[in-house]
Amino acid sequence: MCSKVTKDQALEIIGKYEKVLAIINKYGKAKEQLLSILLDIQCASGENYVAEEWAEVVACQLDLPISKVHDVLTFYAMFNIKPHGKYVIEICKSTPCHVTKADAVVKMFEEVLGIKLGETTPDNLFTLMHTSCVGACDIGPVAKIGDEVYGNLTAAKVAEVVTSYRGVSSCQK
Amino acid sequence: MSKINKLISSNCGVIRPDSVEDYVKAGGYEGLKKAFTMTPEEIISEVKKAKLLGRGGAAYPAGSKWEQLLAIPEFPKYIVINADEGEPGTFKDKLLLSQDPLRVIEGMTISGHVFSSHDGYIYIRGEYRAIQKVFQSAIDNAVKAGYLGTNIMGTDFEFNIHIMTGAGAYVCGENSALLNSIEGKAGRPRIKPPHLAEVGLFLMPTLVNNVESIANIPTIVLDGGDKYLSYGTKDSGGTKLICLSGNAVNRGVYEIPFGVSLRDAIYDPEMGGGVPNGKKLKFFHLGGQSGPIGAEAQLDTMYCYKALRNAGLSVGSGAIVVMDEDVCVIDYLKGVTEFFIHESCGKCTPCREGNKQIYAILCKLSEGEATKEDMAVLKRMIDTMTNTSFCGLGQSAAVALNTCWKLFKAEFEDHLHKKCPAQVCFTEQERGE
Ligand SMILES: Cc1cc2nc3c(=O)[nH]c(=O)nc-3n(C[C@H](O)[C@H](O)[C@H](O)COP(=O)(O)O)c2cc1C
Ligand code: SF4
Ligand code: FES
Repeated sequence: MCSKVTKDQALEIIGKYEKVLAIINKYGKAKEQLLSILLDIQCASGENYVAEEWAEVVACQLDLPISKVHDVLTFYAMFNIKPHGKYVIEICKSTPCHVTKADAVVKMFEEVLGIKLGETTPDNLFTLMHTSCVGACDIGPVAKIGDEVYGNLTAAKVAEVVTSYRGVSSCQK
Repeated sequence: MSKINKLISSNCGVIRPDSVEDYVKAGGYEGLKKAFTMTPEEIISEVKKAKLLGRGGAAYPAGSKWEQLLAIPEFPKYIVINADEGEPGTFKDKLLLSQDPLRVIEGMTISGHVFSSHDGYIYIRGEYRAIQKVFQSAIDNAVKAGYLGTNIMGTDFEFNIHIMTGAGAYVCGENSALLNSIEGKAGRPRIKPPHLAEVGLFLMPTLVNNVESIANIPTIVLDGGDKYLSYGTKDSGGTKLICLSGNAVNRGVYEIPFGVSLRDAIYDPEMGGGVPNGKKLKFFHLGGQSGPIGAEAQLDTMYCYKALRNAGLSVGSGAIVVMDEDVCVIDYLKGVTEFFIHESCGKCTPCREGNKQIYAILCKLSEGEATKEDMAVLKRMIDTMTNTSFCGLGQSAAVALNTCWKLFKAEFEDHLHKKCPAQVCFTEQERGE
């Protein structure tokens, strides 16, 4: 049986391809812009990850071996190579946050979202993860979602933050 | 009298961060103006007199570093500013980057003038994406106002600043890893020598300085090195941004003259304000995860490079994390070690494997399963990692453990006997309560 791609699927692939090319062209295909390019692609993916096919497009356009792109994708903590929720909630677990009860915050999120750390909600909206220090230790315990950092978290604040993300459309609020 | 001395943080929260107009009104760009009337040698001589020690953690004298780079005949030379700030407990560079980026830009431009450099790079951690935008806007405005780009302040000097982003890797703060990362590669440290002053970014001579270090430059040029030195102690010139976090009442960034005591920093109502909820201070962690841990008896140590070093402590990045009596030393060290396991680049065995071994033993301790032999292994691991790791990350990963070992021997012993004074490890039953 031959696998068929429907017209809609094809258009979606082309649309994504063009988006990726636009990102690469914005940075002028410079090798030293690899991190910026990949971060932008990840953000534009809607699922917070860099898919293999786009990694290959980047390698090809920047004239880099694909292994170099993989090296970067797997080295840096901010990159994902598997799909994640639209919003990745990262709880800081470094010691300055830990001593201000970061563990309790993980539990609060788990409760509100109905998932465990490392999981994604069934609607693919949220993924809950740990992160190292995000440089906001003065307001620990801290959670980071996209570019936003939320500090001094309490159960009420956690519920409020989660609600504010439901029904919002783009990668970054 | 206030123990705070706002020298390089005076604009923070006062001016619009990306407004050249506000910055100039507050006295900005006077340093650059003066720098244009001075030779590179004259400027470096002031930096040397100021005894400015690198604020990124290693405390290398900035004047000597500049002198070495100036002596190298190759061009182009690059200016690289380290705004990776990955050290947990450290958020002082963030203050300058987000609230007074033009001071950092002015400092970079002065160094550009010193080294006849045309390109400066600032590597800002990926976690500070929002700040990258503020910084870019400050750069754009500086170009528009003629303080950056071509014909700076009517001279024929040209200098451009490029922002490069990190993507979540603490090791990229190590200066050679940082350069690899700027070049778009994985941020693993390079073998040294050759030193970065000779073979740095894109294999050319390169200056790498921390954000706070470079932010001091306009002040040093304007006021002169001697005056700057007088703000601190005779070996530690000037002021330092310290960051208080953990169990401190007033967490935040404070600019202090070198010479106040640790007790002041932690307890003064204008700074840390003590430990919240009437709890007792148990220990404090200085300079980030890679720094040493101190306890009550060391509180009267003067906060300056020399006195801290003599007390077995250090300034490091300026982080001061305060821990109250409810924190278990073993549990805390587990957190520190987990951080290093996660952040190790994996290139060399002592660091890649050593951290994991240490973590396993700490887990055994917190589960009451550790033995005397495990303690001997722990000791050996500390020595091996410290002496044989490839870069500063592995070399300093066991510093916290080593200092705790000396300060809290009894607490290690207690855990061997299933006792946890802070009541964090073991169940009540296991503790025999
Ligand atoms: C693992 C590791 C992480 C580091 N992280 C930073 C950092 O985040 N910021 C920084 O300025 N220096 C950091 N450093 C120190 C730099 O390697 C370098 O010494 C510093 O940027 C030089 O600037 P300075 O002389 O102005 O301090 C780190 C060093 C190591 C070994
Ligand atoms: S000590 Fe070795 S493994 Fe650890 S970060 Fe440095 S180079 Fe990498
Ligand atoms: S330790 Fe959590 S933000 Fe720094």
